[in-house]
Amino acid sequence: MHPAPSVILFTTLSGLGFGLLFFLGLGMPDVTGMVSFVFFAIAYALAVGGLLASTFHLGHPERAIKAFSQWKTSWLSREGCCAVAALVVMGLYAIGTVFLDTQWTIFGIIGAVLSLATVFTTSMIYAQLKTIPRWNMPLTPAMFISFSLAGGALLAGQETMATALLIIAGLVQLGYWSYGDKAFAGSGTTMETATGLGDRGAVRAFEPPHTGSNYLLREFVHVVGRKHSQKLRMIGFGLGFALPVLLLLLPIEGLALKHTVAAIAVLSHMAGISCSRWLFFAEAEHVVGLYYGKR
Amino acid sequence: MTELPNSTERKMGLVIDLDTCVGCHACVISCKGWNTENYGAPLSDQDPYGADPSGTFLNRVHSFEVQPKPCGSEPAPAAQLIHFPKSCLHCEDAPCVTVCPTGASYKRVEDGIVLVNEDNCIGCGLCAWSCPYGARELDLAAGVMKKCTLCVDRIYNDNLPEEDRIPSCVRTCPAGARHFGDLGDPNSDVSKLVAERDGMDLMPEMGTKPVNKYLPPRPKDQMEDQIDILAPLLAPVAEEPGGFMGWLDKALDKLPGQTSGGSN
Ligand code: SF4
Ligand code: SF4
Ligand code: SF4
Repeated sequence: MHPAPSVILFTTLSGLGFGLLFFLGLGMPDVTGMVSFVFFAIAYALAVGGLLASTFHLGHPERAIKAFSQWKTSWLSREGCCAVAALVVMGLYAIGTVFLDTQWTIFGIIGAVLSLATVFTTSMIYAQLKTIPRWNMPLTPAMFISFSLAGGALLAGQETMATALLIIAGLVQLGYWSYGDKAFAGSGTTMETATGLGDRGAVRAFEPPHTGSNYLLREFVHVVGRKHSQKLRMIGFGLGFALPVLLLLLPIEGLALKHTVAAIAVLSHMAGISCSRWLFFAEAEHVVGLYYGKR
Repeated sequence: MTELPNSTERKMGLVIDLDTCVGCHACVISCKGWNTENYGAPLSDQDPYGADPSGTFLNRVHSFEVQPKPCGSEPAPAAQLIHFPKSCLHCEDAPCVTVCPTGASYKRVEDGIVLVNEDNCIGCGLCAWSCPYGARELDLAAGVMKKCTLCVDRIYNDNLPEEDRIPSCVRTCPAGARHFGDLGDPNSDVSKLVAERDGMDLMPEMGTKPVNKYLPPRPKDQMEDQIDILAPLLAPVAEEPGGFMGWLDKALDKLPGQTSGGSN
């Protein structure tokens, strides 16, 4: 799949934002007033910024409102509904903590659940697609949710929880890569089933239908060298999980230093997740490539 | 809108004969022509006369080579070239419809045709991601999803002469490789054709239940020893020149220097 920057940015940022909202809704950290305002500002900037970035890849962003209508069947529509519901409910909760010095726990809990549900619906947009075997696995939602929770805990300053969640997310990442590498072969879709000609011999693409490129090739056929992808996996894993965990485990004295180290951990995590998300798209192979003898 | 109907009254679709298609791409061009001037936004081209031309098409013809495995009776079987037209298969269980967030993509209850209401399409591209067959292309100029309409604006069009009330690609095919009809009716011509020729589904494992069927190529004719009844007359008359010509040939060979003319 073509790794579109807008979609990578969207899933990375909004995943983090909704993860942070999840913890804020559960009262972690338990803050009010100005501090609470800063936390919510960061969470909303990430979540809303991500959502806005995602509209950049639409052909007709001005009609985006129509995307709320088909929640009965469409995960993309469900994502939109969940995101707006989460932002509204968490907004009410934020008003309480920031301006009224009160925590409306019930709004917080509902908002936290909706925030996590938003991340789940995002992941299902990809996981539902049988046409992309590498995404069509339960590990896809597991990955999105574990990343969001780990990043959220990190941003919320929940050190012990963040350490544990980062380790879990790192393991899910490794599992996703190892299963994902076998997914296409395991799907049973081949050039032979695509053309229905398999029972008469080996099928080879002889001539493509067109001499130039087209929408399908640009969107669905993206080849990443294996060496290249192994390197990027190492960078993504190192920055996203290993380094933040190490930084969290460092025994540090002094508030200023602690904040600096935490900030480095957050930035490193964000860079790592972006790298992993780039690979998530770039390595995903669509079965339509088979008609072109490509993957 | 994006809920699929439980069943449709008819299942209109195409039957494509891989045996007779000659790969001329006439269906590609007639489809582009008809659909640029009719239903919805025109099918645009980008950089059509430049270095990197590309454009939107609803029907494309691939060509595949199939190499049969050697066996006892055929130790060195010849590869077969198969032209393979591909457009929307109007699937019964169309994933492209259910993923659509706006309801722009839908499947008609009356005839099963899968269409895009372009006024509602936000151009998110998700339906194209969900289609295993590459049957949907986002038009870069219009920003909306384009796909085969089964020429819905021809098949019911009373303004056209009766013989033109079939899809443009079917009407154009010079080889008669494309057939149009109701695949939900077991007594229709297309259904009979499918039954007779073992019509098949593409990527059945995807669970999309395509309405369009493909007729597999028939086995190749076997070459007899004698290729042509005129062959005996074409056999070389004499392998080695004899008589005066033979003497001349040898004498010339003995001359020093280049043997020109390649007489040996
Ligand atoms: S061929 Fe593709 S676009 Fe057409 S109905 Fe099936 S899934 Fe949808
Ligand atoms: S039925 Fe019409 S729209 Fe579909 S491939 Fe044929 S000409 Fe194109
Ligand atoms: S016009 Fe007919 S023969 Fe020619 S490519 Fe199309 S289907 Fe095949």
